Amino acid sequence: MGTTVEAKLGYNVFKIDKERHIVIDTEICNKICKDKTCLYICPAFLYKLDDQGNNTVDWEGCLECGTCLICCEHDALSWEYPRGEFGIQYRSA
Amino acid sequence: MEKVDVIVVGGGLAGLSAAYGLAAEGLEVILIERGDYSGAKNVTGGRLYVSPIRNMYPELWEDAPFERPVTREFITLMGEGNSTTIEFAADKFAAQPYQSYTVLRATFDLWLSEQVMEKGGMVIVKQRVDDLIKEGDKVIGIRAGEDEIGADITIIAEGVLGLVANKAGLRELPSWKDHAVGFKETLELPKEVIDNRWHLAPDEGAAHLFMGGVTKGMLGGGFLYTNKESISLGIVLGMKDAKERVDKIDIYTLLDDFKANPTIAPLVADGELVEYSAHVISEAGLSGIPQLWGDGYLMTGDAAGLALNQLYTVRGMDFAVASGYYAAQAIIEGKKQNDLDAVGPAYEKMMKESWVLKDFETAKNILHFIENPRIFSHYPNAVGRLFDRVFTLNDQPTDSIYTKVMSSVKKDFMNVTTAKELLGMRKI
Ligand SMILES: Cc1cc2nc3c(=O)[nH]c(=O)nc-3n(C[C@H](O)[C@H](O)[C@H](O)COP(=O)(O)OP(=O)(O)OC[C@H]3O[C@@H](n4cnc5c(N)ncnc54)[C@H](O)[C@@H]3O)c2cc1C
Repeated sequence: MGTTVEAKLGYNVFKIDKERHIVIDTEICNKICKDKTCLYICPAFLYKLDDQGNNTVDWEGCLECGTCLICCEHDALSWEYPRGEFGIQYRSA
Repeated sequence: MEKVDVIVVGGGLAGLSAAYGLAAEGLEVILIERGDYSGAKNVTGGRLYVSPIRNMYPELWEDAPFERPVTREFITLMGEGNSTTIEFAADKFAAQPYQSYTVLRATFDLWLSEQVMEKGGMVIVKQRVDDLIKEGDKVIGIRAGEDEIGADITIIAEGVLGLVANKAGLRELPSWKDHAVGFKETLELPKEVIDNRWHLAPDEGAAHLFMGGVTKGMLGGGFLYTNKESISLGIVLGMKDAKERVDKIDIYTLLDDFKANPTIAPLVADGELVEYSAHVISEAGLSGIPQLWGDGYLMTGDAAGLALNQLYTVRGMDFAVASGYYAAQAIIEGKKQNDLDAVGPAYEKMMKESWVLKDFETAKNILHFIENPRIFSHYPNAVGRLFDRVFTLNDQPTDSIYTKVMSSVKKDFMNVTTAKELLGMRKI
């Protein structure tokens, strides 16, 4: 069925920083968060639980929309734009 | 600290419009943009309504890199197993001056940034503004990495998230209760294929909106705009409905399902994916607009909540250009009168007296109206059921057209709920 979302991201230009611009406080996810909205609300589908059940984010493929930040009601995310010059560089959006 | 007349935070349409107006009058303006170029971070549907802003910078639009003028409107209601499309063409839409054009931001914003530089404005790219510098409550400049620059006025044009303004305590972060996320694919198609699929004369363009099944009943819709040699195909989805949905649908799959829908599939067939993008949109309307100014700063564009979901179209780019224009005018006047304290109130006055805030006032009940899930499920299905009955013929004696239509209308439209909703429409 169609192109997977990972494959879609492959068409984009990303300039990847060495510093991550999204940091998850997994303790909050594990202890407080029941809804886990970030797992399905991210249009790039970057949030996933690892084998231990901890929340992870493939921040390198981030489209910088901010939906996860807005939808996380538990302040589990430290989220900023990547530093100048890094991150997504759209050419035809 | 180095000091200039004006610093603009963010080089989208709002910031660029402001910088252009200021630079054209010879003010010293520095615009700071975090992307590699203006447009590198920006996403729209999109169609830019030029009619409202044409007279603001009349010299500018002639050579603007628009994609196509929109001469044809399509609205498709997607029911279960059917779809109903309305196609609207009017001679006046196909004649100069065109009221709206499709655009791609990477091209359009970059071009506008070049116009700013041509007027003598300074555009610094690849720099993220980290903080506003304040002296008491007054904003006196910005910090970007190690650098600090002072300004008489700082124009905040950083877009919908408003992270910098929020950090400085000037506005809230957006709420999931009244914001939507838009995600889209840009698909390349040959020019003639686009012309044929949307019944367009060469160089004319279409706007095509979709409601109903595309969001599986959630607030939002699909959009499709024809560019010169590509189409912008996407979905706008209210975060509240998406977040609270019990089946926790992975939202990105909606776009794949949309493309696979039998109504859409032939329209997008053979489209070559070139980019996948996403961005947040305010749907808060009037209630989402923060203080437009404070000591030392003005807020413009999406940073000031200036986007409006009018159901058949999302507007924000025209508001961005207009708010940037008024910000520039207010500053130019304040400089002339040597009265910078007058700038904020003058800006707010211009915004209130123009179509900008009047359009928000007119649409102030629209979010409440579109929060009604029946708009995104019941009605698209009801219209589909009606035509389904009209067009169906089998080996049973068929009803008269009147009976077919009336039985559908009675069942789906003549009820108290619909009557109330019709009355509700008077408010939008
Ligand atoms: C899917 C979708 C469809 C839409 N469809 C339409 C449509 O058809 N018609 C329409 O009129 N509107 C539409 N809109 C709304 C419209 O795109 C926005 O209202 C418009 O882009 C707002 O312009 P802006 O300049 O205020 O903000 P933006 O375009 O977001 O520009 C903000 C700029 O600031 C920069 N920036 C942000 N933070 C910093 C920082 N800290 N330092 C330096 N730079 C920074 C960004 O890189 C960016 O260039 C749509 C929006 C979306 C998401």
